[in-house]
Amino acid sequence: MTLHDTAAAVPAAGPQEAAPKVVTARHPLRAAAALGVLVLLAMAANALVTNPAWDWDVVGTYLFAPSVVRSVLLTLELTGLGIGLGFGLGTLLALMRLSSNRLLSSVAWGYVWLFRSVPLILQLLFWYNLALLYPRLSFGVPFGPAFFDVGTMDLIGPVTAAALGLALHQAAYAAEIVRGGLLSVDPGQRLAAAALGIPRVRRMFRIILPQAMRTIVPNAGNEIVGLVKGTSVVYIMALPELFYQVQVIYNRNGRVMALLLVATVWYFVLTTTLSVVQHFLERHYGRGRS
Amino acid sequence: MMVELAGVHKSFGALHVLKGIDLRVRQGEVAVVLGPSGSGKSTLLRVINHLEKVERGTVTVDGELLGYRRAGDRLYELPEREILRQRTSIGFVFQNFNLFPHLTVSQNVAEAPLSARRRPRGEVAELTARLLDRVGLADKAAAYPRTLSGGQQQRVAIARALALEPKVVLFDEPTSALDPELVGEVLEVMKDLARSGTTMIVVTHEVGFAREVADTVVFMDEGRIVERGPAAQVLDAPRHARTRAFLGKVL
Repeated sequence: MTLHDTAAAVPAAGPQEAAPKVVTARHPLRAAAALGVLVLLAMAANALVTNPAWDWDVVGTYLFAPSVVRSVLLTLELTGLGIGLGFGLGTLLALMRLSSNRLLSSVAWGYVWLFRSVPLILQLLFWYNLALLYPRLSFGVPFGPAFFDVGTMDLIGPVTAAALGLALHQAAYAAEIVRGGLLSVDPGQRLAAAALGIPRVRRMFRIILPQAMRTIVPNAGNEIVGLVKGTSVVYIMALPELFYQVQVIYNRNGRVMALLLVATVWYFVLTTTLSVVQHFLERHYGRGRS
Repeated sequence: MMVELAGVHKSFGALHVLKGIDLRVRQGEVAVVLGPSGSGKSTLLRVINHLEKVERGTVTVDGELLGYRRAGDRLYELPEREILRQRTSIGFVFQNFNLFPHLTVSQNVAEAPLSARRRPRGEVAELTARLLDRVGLADKAAAYPRTLSGGQQQRVAIARALALEPKVVLFDEPTSALDPELVGEVLEVMKDLARSGTTMIVVTHEVGFAREVADTVVFMDEGRIVERGPAAQVLDAPRHARTRAFLGKVL
């Protein structure tokens, strides 16, 4: 068959008649809305940059001031301890909760219930003032003789109290996140791993957890970003973390807005870094799923 | 006897699923278990590798009592480590494949020999390559299961079950989750296994496969073995009315 025959068979698309051009529909309202938003953004940027009350030069001076950098490091330390210990204990609690032993699962449930019910700020004050309840702590055989004992104040200083409070609080939420992740894995995976004779611990860490991570990572990301900012509540214990430190400085020099901006910039940097890490973790645990 | 069940009972709560099963499968024998859904076929297979505990009766594989240690008139439940060791001589192929989606095809096959048998990596890599070649998927070694068709996934699952060099392989409706045009390739692999002398117990609805490959056909209904015998006899001249009724429906 020749080209000419084809054209003849479909007369509407004859050789001299060009294919009609497509004109996309216009959306005048959408364009107007976009323009409006653009104007608002420009106004906001203008307000930030041109108003001298923001004191951008002061922000620049204090952003890397040694006391501010030290406070950022303390914020990081508290976040790290809170997340590390919190998710460690949380994973243990999740496994206990899923155990077929009634006592283990009830205790895990009770823990989550208790620590989710008490506001973090109250818990922190409890730990900070633990010495009022138990002036000395002793270590030894349960209900038996003690090997040594130490003063509570010596063992639990302000940083330990803050880390403990954050970690125990975080563990309650982490437990539920990990449990949800473990439950999201198809039960057939457990069955197949058991049928292959794969040892229990390996089954958990090689087969179940990596699949559970797909559900755990987005929720854990929320919690971790929340905790970075949540560390600011330990200012009530007079610990020089970021938020407390900027307050100390602006109480001295009166540049309130500038120093709040310093803190804001640092919180932005920390949470953005974590979001990037989360993105790569999600990609890692999503392999084989696309 | 390779596999021997004697007076096996199993209940789930009030539901009595297996009501006194006696079954003997010789070395190299291919036994096909037929029966309507809910007749206890899948539970029977799960009891054979102790994924489900028996409540009464005994299961032995190659002369070894499964899941328990006998002392006098008592059966002591074995520790998990021992049960895992026993399972490594029993391959299991699931209806839904249950491949590990986050591991590649070759990692799926290599996992059990590495972690359950603690065999050296080099040896396992060779074994994996040989098994994937045997099921016709040598070129898919680095692929993730989700990228394969159902038939290919089930062939990987068969290679994974064979990686432990089991004494018996159990198949739980291996073709029921497949599109019709993919059933053939899986059955081909299973026929090849049967010809090579693997002891197999297959729960299936593929009467054609039973006719061609099975040495023995077992017909189950309501938790009991109603009829068992050579494939030709049970399929072509069933003695029991319920077997006849079932075959009449599926043929």
